[in-house]
Amino acid sequence: MSLRESLRFALLGVSANKTRSALTTLGILIGVASVIILLAVGTGSSRAVEESINRLGSNTLTVLPSSTDDSGGSGAGGLADIASLFGGGQTTTVSGTLTRAPELTMDDAAALVDNPQAPDVLGVAPVVSAQSVQATLDGASHTVGTFTGTTPTYLLINNDTISAGRAFTDADYAVHRRVVLLGTTVAEQLTSQAVSDLVGQTIALNGKQFEVVGILGEKGSTGPQDADDRVVAPATAVQDTLTGYGSLSSISVKASSADTVSSAQSQVQQVLDSRRGVTASDRDYSVFNASSILSAATDSSATFTVLLGVVAAISLLVGGIGVMNIMLVTVTERTREIGVRKAIGASRRDIVTQFLLEAVILCMFGGLVGVIVGLAGSQFTIVGVVPVVQAYSVVMAFGVAVATGVFFGLYPANRAAALRPIDALRYE
Amino acid sequence: MSATTQPVLDLRGITKVYGEGETAVHALAGVDLQVARGDYVAVMGASGSGKSTLMNIVGCLDEPTAGRYLLDGVDVRRRSETALARIRNRKIGFVFQNFNLVARTSALRNVELPLAYRGIGASQRYAQANHALDRVGLGARVSHDPSELSGGQQQRVAIARAIVTDPVLLLADEPTGALDTHSTADVLKLFDELSLSGRTLVVITHEDEVAAHAKRVIRMSDGLIVSDERVTAVDAAPPMTDVAEVA
Ligand SMILES: Nc1ncnc2c1ncn2[C@@H]1O[C@H](COP(=O)(O)OP(=O)(O)OP(=O)(O)O)[C@@H](O)[C@H]1O
Ligand SMILES: [Mg+2]
Repeated sequence: MSLRESLRFALLGVSANKTRSALTTLGILIGVASVIILLAVGTGSSRAVEESINRLGSNTLTVLPSSTDDSGGSGAGGLADIASLFGGGQTTTVSGTLTRAPELTMDDAAALVDNPQAPDVLGVAPVVSAQSVQATLDGASHTVGTFTGTTPTYLLINNDTISAGRAFTDADYAVHRRVVLLGTTVAEQLTSQAVSDLVGQTIALNGKQFEVVGILGEKGSTGPQDADDRVVAPATAVQDTLTGYGSLSSISVKASSADTVSSAQSQVQQVLDSRRGVTASDRDYSVFNASSILSAATDSSATFTVLLGVVAAISLLVGGIGVMNIMLVTVTERTREIGVRKAIGASRRDIVTQFLLEAVILCMFGGLVGVIVGLAGSQFTIVGVVPVVQAYSVVMAFGVAVATGVFFGLYPANRAAALRPIDALRYE
Repeated sequence: MSATTQPVLDLRGITKVYGEGETAVHALAGVDLQVARGDYVAVMGASGSGKSTLMNIVGCLDEPTAGRYLLDGVDVRRRSETALARIRNRKIGFVFQNFNLVARTSALRNVELPLAYRGIGASQRYAQANHALDRVGLGARVSHDPSELSGGQQQRVAIARAIVTDPVLLLADEPTGALDTHSTADVLKLFDELSLSGRTLVVITHEDEVAAHAKRVIRMSDGLIVSDERVTAVDAAPPMTDVAEVA
């Protein structure tokens, strides 16, 4: 018998009991949709992590003060430091909880610049951060997310661009000129006009007058952190007006190339160790390498994605078992019909094909609707993550659904085909 | 022995034993039976005498425990399942007591079924199935589902399905067992017509009224043929043809 004919019988079988077919399909639908959505969430979250780390620049090293008060501190400190990479300004808060706050100074930063002991260091920028800085202009007011005081080199290290106006210069830095660069989010909060109109205007930062000289290029927001909610100003002016002359939050270091990042890292450690009189065992600061964080974060988000995939695969498996269950019921219910078909000339193969196709149709239909639901569901932001659907996950989920039909349909179909016609006809 | 004189059925020493040892049931205890082409045989006997067992073996639905069986000159013992499916499809048309139509499938589709399993294309299948339904007088009801047909109509669909492949043998087990007098008469009239057109029929029945239409009546008891009575010659018309036509 032709496949087309078998297909017709199978469709008839599926449509004969619509409620049951729909419910069976639901299991597969949920499985496929969850595979797609969960993998998209996994991919989306690893993209977000990747992007926020990439923003640091791949050749970038960050020197952060760290605790030396106990051996366990390095783990917790490490976490806090990574957190500070995302939310720059929180560093001082974290440091403040330590029993003996180690300090990074302007001199530490200066020692790294053009040091023959650190040939792979291309640029160095000290960073001071100010918390909860209130920016106001003509009654409009905004609390700045990240307020950074630094040198012009910082913009280079941070891959920053200027969309309007100019960057501040070494001269601005040297003469403690009160100038600022605004991130687009801050700029939009302060004016209803075009943000470039702010260039040249004077705004108040915690009541201190600063002139806006430029608008920072947009970084885009990934994850919960808005990368454009920031202000950058010369560290000298910031220390004069807002933070005082205490320690640095961090030092940003740019290596000469991606290949020299790790040698630059050990050079920085060498210089700072001798300056501070510490060794690897009692080091009171740490040097983070963006690319090593990136690979660690990528590894952990890959694990996360695999875990989500496994959960989704289990739900698909449960759906498949549901299909097998229903197919076994169908075969039992239709034993007589199978007997009749065999009596009038259906071969074993005809019967296998018919029931196998029935299972596959159920799964294919479930898979198809599951793909639609999965794609629709992936349009929404889920727990703060924008899901990223990858074509392979859709193809895979649908393929697995069909394979599920074949796998779980085979046993019931063979059971049907193995029935002896005489027994099947006598079945009550 | 030429092809035309060769019997459609040739059974020698057929036995069928269900179970083993103490509890074994000898449903057939050694049946010898030849049925010539064009014959119309009624098989009668008390309940449990082995009629259905015999029909199942003749119809290649079940295998005998021992004995030799030639169907249309072909030995059907120890054939593969697929080969038996082909033999059933090409050589035998079944009519069951409870019709055994496929549910939720129109009369036409039901009649097309054996042709589909034979691999015949859609248009030829459609034509042949329509013709067969015309023959049993259901030309106007081709698109009805079995659930929309009376018992007698369902049995006529089943007969159309049995004859649509032009089989060498039409096998019926109590075909009128579930029918009222009127429908029984319809079915018997059909059988007479089929017999007149040269088809070979073996009909199992309890009812004398049914047996009265056959050219030959066989009686079974305890798994053996106990009487074999010829009413009219193989090539003559079935005995009740005139009566049926008058009625
Ligand atoms: N599958 C089976 N297993 C065991 N015994 C069986 C089986 N099928 C039939 N028998 C026995 O074989 C004997 C013959 O049964 P069969 O069905 O051939 O009788 P029958 O002549 O068709 O009876 P009825 O007129 O009631 O249909 C009976 O004693 C029955 O109990
Ligand atoms: Mg019987």
